[in-house]
Formats: sequence, C-alpha cells, structure tokens
Amino acid sequence: MIDRGYYNGFGGAFIPEILVATFDELEDTFRKAKNDPAFWQEYAALMSNYSCRPTPLTFAENLTRHFGGPRIYIKREDLNHTGAHKANNVMGQGLLVRRMGKTRVIAETGAGQHGVATATMAAKFGFKCTIYMGEVDVERQRPNVFWMERLGAEVVPVREGSRILKDAINEAFRDWVANMDNTHYVLGTACGPHPFPEMVSYFQSIIGQEARRQILEQEHQLPVRVYACVGGGSNALGIFNGFMKDPVELVGVEAGGRGLDTGQHASRLCAKDASVGVAQGYKTYFLQNADGQMQETHSVAAGLDYVGVSPILAQLKESGRVRFEAATDTEVVEALSLTIRTEGVIPALESSHAFAQAFKEAPRLSSEDCIIINQSGRGDKDIFTIADAFGDPKWQEFIIGKAEKYHA
Amino acid sequence: MLESYLKNRLKERQILLMTHIVMGYPSFETSFRLIEAMVRAGVDLMELQIPFSEPVADGPVILHANQKALSAGATVQQCLDMAQTAAKTFEIPFLFMSYYNILFKYGVERFTGEMAQRGLSGAIVPDLPPEEGADYLSAMNMYNLSPIFIFSPTTSDARMKMLASHARGFVYCVARKGVTGLDTRFSEQLEAYLDRCRRATSLPLALGFGVKDKADVDFLKGKADIAVIGTQTIRLMEQEGVESVGSFIAGLR
Repeated sequence: MIDRGYYNGFGGAFIPEILVATFDELEDTFRKAKNDPAFWQEYAALMSNYSCRPTPLTFAENLTRHFGGPRIYIKREDLNHTGAHKANNVMGQGLLVRRMGKTRVIAETGAGQHGVATATMAAKFGFKCTIYMGEVDVERQRPNVFWMERLGAEVVPVREGSRILKDAINEAFRDWVANMDNTHYVLGTACGPHPFPEMVSYFQSIIGQEARRQILEQEHQLPVRVYACVGGGSNALGIFNGFMKDPVELVGVEAGGRGLDTGQHASRLCAKDASVGVAQGYKTYFLQNADGQMQETHSVAAGLDYVGVSPILAQLKESGRVRFEAATDTEVVEALSLTIRTEGVIPALESSHAFAQAFKEAPRLSSEDCIIINQSGRGDKDIFTIADAFGDPKWQEFIIGKAEKYHA
Repeated sequence: MLESYLKNRLKERQILLMTHIVMGYPSFETSFRLIEAMVRAGVDLMELQIPFSEPVADGPVILHANQKALSAGATVQQCLDMAQTAAKTFEIPFLFMSYYNILFKYGVERFTGEMAQRGLSGAIVPDLPPEEGADYLSAMNMYNLSPIFIFSPTTSDARMKMLASHARGFVYCVARKGVTGLDTRFSEQLEAYLDRCRRATSLPLALGFGVKDKADVDFLKGKADIAVIGTQTIRLMEQEGVESVGSFIAGLR
C-alpha cells in the first residue's frame, strides 16, 4: 500500500501483518473502481432502482414557521431501503465484493441499521453473511436482529469488552484475519484503516451531491449551514462532501449523552476527555484514559455510541472547516418529539442530534437564508428504543400484555 | 545483542522456547510466580504482554486475560515495574508485547527509554507495520533494542525482505491465518512456509500460533529456531494452577 490514507496526521493503516495482502487487494479494487467512470454510474443506477435514490430534500414548512428563522430543509436519507444512509455504503461495497470475487461478507453493527443493510445486500447479491453485534445492542435492538436473521444472516452477539459497537468491530476483525480469502469486511462507517475512511465517504458522497443540486433547484441559493449527526461520521461526511468547497458552514453534532462533564457521553471532538490515539487500525481522537485504554461511552442513540471518530472529521475539526457541537439525550428526545408532531417525519434518535443542534441555532439565523438537516435514518423502526426514551406508559402496558400472552 | 544470545543458545539446544504471559492476569503476584515457574522450567526468552482494551490480534483466551487484568486495575506503570523486577531477577531476555496505542500514549521515545533502562530486550507490536513505525524504529535503534516483526503465510517474498530489513533479534512467523489460540495443522505446507521465511532473513525464526504440546515442538525442530507457547499456558494456569505450567514446559523439549 503506497498511499496510507493520512488526513493531516490522522488515519493511516495500523494493521496486523496477516491482513496486509487483503488491504492491498481492497485498495487496488477500490482505486480501479473509483477511476472507472462507469462504476459510479452503475452504483447510482443500483441505488436509484433499489433504494429510492435520489432521496427527497423536504421543505419543513412547519418547523420553519415554528422557529421563525431560516427555511429548514431535511435531506431524507430515512427513505433509503432499510431506513438509513447505511444502504449507500453497503451497496457500494457489495459491488466491490463482486469485483473481488468474494462470496461472504461480515459486518459490525451498533444500532442494527448497518447490520440490516449488510444482510439485505448479502441477500440481494447472494453472499453469505455474518453480523457481529454487542450483546447490549442485541438487547436494545431486537427488531433489527429479527430482520437480519430473516434475511439469512447469522447474528453473533459479542460478549467481550463493553459489549457495544467497538467490541463488535474487534470481533469482525478477528473473523476477517481467519477468513479473508473468501470474506470481505463491510465496515459501516468512515473509520478504520485506510482505505475504509476514503471508501465509505466516497459512497456516502452521493448524499451531498444530490442535496446540493436539490437545494439550488428549490432555493436558487446555497444553505448557510448544513447539520449532520456524528457517530463514526459517514452520514456527516456524505452530506458535507457536497458543500466542502462552498461558503457553507458545516456543523457536526456528537452524542452529548448525559452531558459533556458527566463522563457519560460519546463526544470525541467536543469533549475534553478525548485525545489522539491509535486503535482499531487508525489514528484519531478516542475517548481513552491516560494509559491509552478505551473508555465506556454512552448515548441514547446506539449508532453514535462509539469511542473513535473518522480521521477525516478529525482533520476537518483541526482545520476549522467543520464546527462540532454536542446534543444531550434530553435535548435530542425533545427535538425528536417536536419534529414528529410538527412536521410528521420521524427521524432516528441518531439523526435527532442534528435536529436538536439546528433548533438551538435556527432562531438566530435570518429568514432570508436556508439550512439543511441530514435525516440520516428513520426512527419508526426503533419503536422500542424511542418508546423507552419517551417513557410512554401505554406502550409499556402493551408490552406487558404481549409478554403475558407469550407466557400463557 | 538478542540475536547473538539466541544464536549462542542454539548451539546447545535444538530448539528454543519462548513463552508469554499477560501481566496482571489474574494478578501481578501470580504473573510473577508464572514467570518464575517458566524460567525454572528452562524457557529461553519471554513475552510480557501489557494488557490493552482492544487486542484485535488475540483470540478469546488472551483477549479475556487482557480484559480481566484491566478490570482488576492493571496499569502501564505497574507493568513497567514488574518487567523491571523480572529482568533483574532472571537471566533470560524479556520482551514487551502490546498494541501500539500503549506506546503512543506513553510517548514512543519515552517508552523505549524506559524499556532500555529497565532491562528489556525488545518488543512485539502486532498492529504496527514498519510503514507506520518510523518513530518507533529510530527510538528502538537508539536504545539498542530489538523490534520484532512478524511474517505471515500471506506475506509476499518481497515484503518479507522489507520486513527483515527492519527486524532485529529474531522474526516472529505466524503459523496460519486467524487469531492466537486456535488449532494449527503442523503440516508440509507449514514446512514450505518456514523455508520461505528462512530465505528472507538470517535472523532466527520463531514460530507461533497454535503450538500446544511436545509433538508440535518436535515437529518444529530443525525447521524453526524458537517455538512460541502462548495461549496454552494461560489455559493450563486457569484449569490447573501455576505449578502445572512449570511441569508442562519442562516436558516440551
């Protein structure tokens, strides 16, 4: 590997020797695909035929009126097949797997969206599929586990470490080092060793390309700000890529959990608890202690509950091109509630972080301007988590009743 | 330094034994007793693993040991202190094994300085290929320590040469794909791979991943210079206690 994927000192490829040849092959396959104009056409056609692309840019008229500030637009990644932007990356990598002639895919998943998307892709392309998922996440995302298994994937609950997303990534790597001859690891976000950050951002950039064209069609002007939530960073990089060279302020919103000063959050770029380190094959900001041991993270949104962050975003933080903020669990649930009632769209808890930050800032912006919020996924399929976040008593009654029926 | 020690030792013994422990698992006191038992049983060198929260190259047994050590409160400082005591007490060379973040957070040059001062001979850092390790390599050279690099069955001949040009002490040859602690088939294929390793370097060759009994060690005689016993001793300690580890090792050769 000649290009090791550095972004002003972040990134790299810290991989065990056994995987070097596999990464060389992946890098080579990706490079050839990226340089082949027919490949992007094939990808865009597949996404249009299979996953409702281009996704709409919805004018949120009621939210706009509610805040009395800029015209608010929502990029509807929730309308992808399987309900999130994860489909973009997964279908793109599926095309690469086919080019490499591999027959099995593995993936990690946190919230379950990436796992469901990967299982869908595997079913469509005829690949065998194994999904690694932290035991804690298996518990809180049972409906997604159900669908992965229906789609023919084997779901392996990970009982090591803190039993969440980072531990699932480690287990996927352990599978890969044994089975790389026929297996591709479909990493779900713009993290990990090179070429994953570049490759995942490349597939997700379809979001930003569409959003830029759509806002110019509808508004005849660029947005002043674009908001996206940041877990690993793939939906944020996807939409930001469309506006990188424009005079548009880009805002990434991390999981503030119970507050940045509580130690119970997943904010790597806003919180003082994070520092630069090397883990899971790449260099970036991690939530780690002074010895370099990774710390437990917390977020109401499983998909943001991760110790590291894309090396590309770490660079964009240091260069100042992207501003990073954090929204707390409470702010996020309020923003979600307001969005559902006011606009009739149901963002995922992850995406609601972007809404929460946009709502904090909207009243201070001019009504002459417009902003875009990336709705990276839909919330209705996370009904168990969201019902819990709302503490909905009727839902609890229903579950108790349902459980009693199963016992009878 | 390490290389000449190993080559001298190989004049007396057909094959050398390298063992491994995770420091702080299940406690630092037991770790030290394990080292003592292993040295008495005649091991020629040892890997002391500094536990890390994300040990991606390790299989379930060593992974579990890493996590237990950390949840019992093991720190890098305690590991440095324990390694120093071991190096002072026993004659054999000791190596650190850990993941790069441990060195990176400590400061690579500061960490290697500590290694030299505390009497360590070298280090194995499985997630640090030489392309990412310029700082590490220059610091290790400055303190005359041996950076141990890894060959795998998927490593090309050209890459083996490149790795060998950075390696000192010996080269660690991984027997197969996968993580530590799974079964390995000791076969003709393995022999052909070791031949390929031998052509790439004049350094002694250690073979690790899956060496678990006397038959495996016998198979390696004449083919590799060092047999690496990793996971098997942890399993044994967990099942039968520290004492059984000594007699197990004494029976390997």
